[in-house]
Amino acid sequence: MGDRTAVLAPYRAVLASRVRAQRSHRASFRLDLGSSMLVGVVELAEIAVLFLTVDRLGGLDLAAIVLVFGIADLSFSLADTVFGHCDNLPTYLKAGTLDVFYLRPQPLLAQLVTSDISLRRLARAFVGLVALVAGLVVNDVAWSLGNVALLVLAVLSGIATFSAMFVWAGGMQFFLVDGYEATNAFVYGGRYAATQPASVWGRPLVVVFGFFFPMAFTAYLPALTMLGLPGGDWLPGWLGWLAPVAAVWAWVLALAGWRIGVRHYQGGGG
Amino acid sequence: MTQAPRGRSRRVRPVLRTYSRLLAAGFRRGSRYRLAAFGGLVANATFGLLKVAVLFAVVDAAGGEVAGYDVGAMSAYIWISQGLLGSVNLMGRTDIAERIRTGDVTTDFLRPLDVQAAAVVEDVGKSLFALIPRGVPTVTIGLLLVGMDGPDGPLGLLLGALSLLLGITVSCATVYLVAVAGFWMVDNRGLQILYMVLSGFLAGLFVPIALFPGWLHATALATPFPSMLQFPVDVLSGRADHATAALLVVVQVGWLVAVAALGQALTRAGRRRLEVQGG
Amino acid sequence: MSGGTIIETEGLGRDFRVREGMRRRTVVALDALDMRVEAGEAVGYIGANGAGKSTTIKMLCGILVPTRGRVVTCGLRPVPDRRRLAREIGVVFGQRSQLWWDLPTQESFRILAAVHGLSPEQERGRTAELVERLELGEFLTVPVRQLSLGQRMRAEVAAALLHSPRLLVLDEPTIGLDVLSKQRLREFLVAERREHGTTLLLTTHDMGDVERLCDRVLLVDRGALVYSGTLAGLSRTVGAERVMVLDLAEPVPPLEVAGTTHRGSEGGSEGRSLRQRLAFDPEATTAARVLAAVTEQLGDDNEVLDLAIEEPDVEDVVRRVYAARR
Repeated sequence: MGDRTAVLAPYRAVLASRVRAQRSHRASFRLDLGSSMLVGVVELAEIAVLFLTVDRLGGLDLAAIVLVFGIADLSFSLADTVFGHCDNLPTYLKAGTLDVFYLRPQPLLAQLVTSDISLRRLARAFVGLVALVAGLVVNDVAWSLGNVALLVLAVLSGIATFSAMFVWAGGMQFFLVDGYEATNAFVYGGRYAATQPASVWGRPLVVVFGFFFPMAFTAYLPALTMLGLPGGDWLPGWLGWLAPVAAVWAWVLALAGWRIGVRHYQGGGG
Repeated sequence: MTQAPRGRSRRVRPVLRTYSRLLAAGFRRGSRYRLAAFGGLVANATFGLLKVAVLFAVVDAAGGEVAGYDVGAMSAYIWISQGLLGSVNLMGRTDIAERIRTGDVTTDFLRPLDVQAAAVVEDVGKSLFALIPRGVPTVTIGLLLVGMDGPDGPLGLLLGALSLLLGITVSCATVYLVAVAGFWMVDNRGLQILYMVLSGFLAGLFVPIALFPGWLHATALATPFPSMLQFPVDVLSGRADHATAALLVVVQVGWLVAVAALGQALTRAGRRRLEVQGG
Repeated sequence: MSGGTIIETEGLGRDFRVREGMRRRTVVALDALDMRVEAGEAVGYIGANGAGKSTTIKMLCGILVPTRGRVVTCGLRPVPDRRRLAREIGVVFGQRSQLWWDLPTQESFRILAAVHGLSPEQERGRTAELVERLELGEFLTVPVRQLSLGQRMRAEVAAALLHSPRLLVLDEPTIGLDVLSKQRLREFLVAERREHGTTLLLTTHDMGDVERLCDRVLLVDRGALVYSGTLAGLSRTVGAERVMVLDLAEPVPPLEVAGTTHRGSEGGSEGRSLRQRLAFDPEATTAARVLAAVTEQLGDDNEVLDLAIEEPDVEDVVRRVYAARR
């Protein structure tokens, strides 16, 4: 036990200092919280507007999509809070921050992840949580053991999957540097995809955002399972239970991407 | 009597040359970031394909047409708006904001140029450049993969180009307003974030504003945001007929005059404030 | 912990692939470096910009993988053993900070103590020692971003030494510092080495750094080691000139002494001056002979009040070595 505390102490020391730094600028922190919440609300509005125009979209109604949005945005915002700054890797590369990580006796990725935390994104997670609760209530989801287990599994797997996306993107940014926006297509595009009814996607999108980057598994499929909806040919409702498998796959992808990126940094680029 | 016009043209020509050089400088600065443009293009195209899936499903669910959009018009909306993303400033960030924050703007006031016009013109140049690596390729991808409606004849194309230029200019002139607020605010980041969150939504970036419920549609129309993106898209896609297109262009001109005048007034007030406080 | 070899490289080399428009080209940053640094040594690693100094340091620390050759630092292979090596070395990059810019300086030390797993006693003892020796006390509670360059550099050195590494690598440590700050930093490094036997490796453009801190210099040119030995020996091998600065009692016209070149004068007027500078080649003549010749020329009415000998400039030496090789 004492050993584990010693292993975690460096990370705790860095994170604690980050939290203190953010909270010390109260006015600016409050502003960040407010704007972060507004982002969540606008994103919900974006989806809601579509469902106000038509009754059902891809087999889901407004109530169902609010549940999908709730699960997806809660998971994404929490992952974003802890892993979001992996997106700043190009800045870290230019400032030489990464070289400094090499001089410390912890794994690079662990140092990068724990080098910062964005508490303001918790405000957006709050919007996701409200949508999730509202979705559960308006859909009259029964509080059965199965549903509770599925919900917990979905949120935890979703957080893991989205976190993996940030890490994967970090690995790719070693190659892309100025072209880092390309990874936004899959990280933020992935978030957008996760809040949609995946049944409207054509074959290529199913391959990319259904399976390769398993976005459909973060919220859409678990919601189908919970609501007892059938889903489509490629993404049937019962797949919701496989959310943890998707999360594991996402992490395989992420760690492979990170490894290739670091190899490139040490070996090819400079 | 004959002296006056010649005198004025002698003054006008150097001024025009100055601004055309600023425009070209902005254009060149944009051209330095080729890899960044590639990244942006990948992102635009991916978001475009996701939007095609969901918005086509909306058109389909509504029976083939929703708020005047059929599949061809919706496709045009999606790809043209994605293509303009690199050109229309929906982020609220500009270089001049930083110069105002640091006080470097004092030296800008010493140059024989209008500070507002110079900042806006340079941003417009940068935005126009972005059409080459991001705008045109994005629309081309959409055209090849999905297909879409186009401008309504040569006159429609002309109006579309005009509307596009006006849209870019209105966005640069409005972002300039965010920047000049820095004369009175220690930190205008809050305003910038507010602009970023609201502008995309109200400009019709995520969903065409015609799909908004009545009250939200009216709210959007009371702001300059639709003039930045939704109107140019409607004119370029031929969704607006010539008469409507002309009307939209007039509305854009109206907003441009309004935000430019406000920007000019705020710039003067800001300058006086600097002079009073001694920089 | 003392004794043994701290750095050993054999045929160490590194290439970079660069893209020029459409074509890719391979640039050799370091060709084949053989070097050895023993425990307790202080070594200056000098060479022109682009000679491969930073690349070498990055390979010694495990940041870059060598393209060819072998490198052992503190008995470890830098890349596979990076995390263990991190406990043995401290690095100060002149251009990049390892401190947290928005936090008070002492908080960076606290975090780094946790990062390196120091016990509370070790942390207290070492921090107190470094704070006193580097005179950090006055700005411990000031955020790093508000420090002057000199203060920041001292804090960086303390941060690199907090975990008492065996090897301290300094990449341009005094660049941009004023004379007093340079002086303080050098004095500290001399004392640190004396007390703890810390091995020093520094890259620098500053002659004073090498003169005050290093027993040995390594000169690298186009990715290969071209000299290893004392600075004086290096100056001798390239025949670098020394300059004698003479302060005279009465102003005279520029002195003309056989075997020397006049290098300017100060003070006085109408073509006569009090301070005169004469450059000479230490291989061809001696300071004593030059002085004798000057005294004879001045005659009985004038005399030399004071005299100083200036050693050759590091840039000058490097330039001469390079010129001789091309």
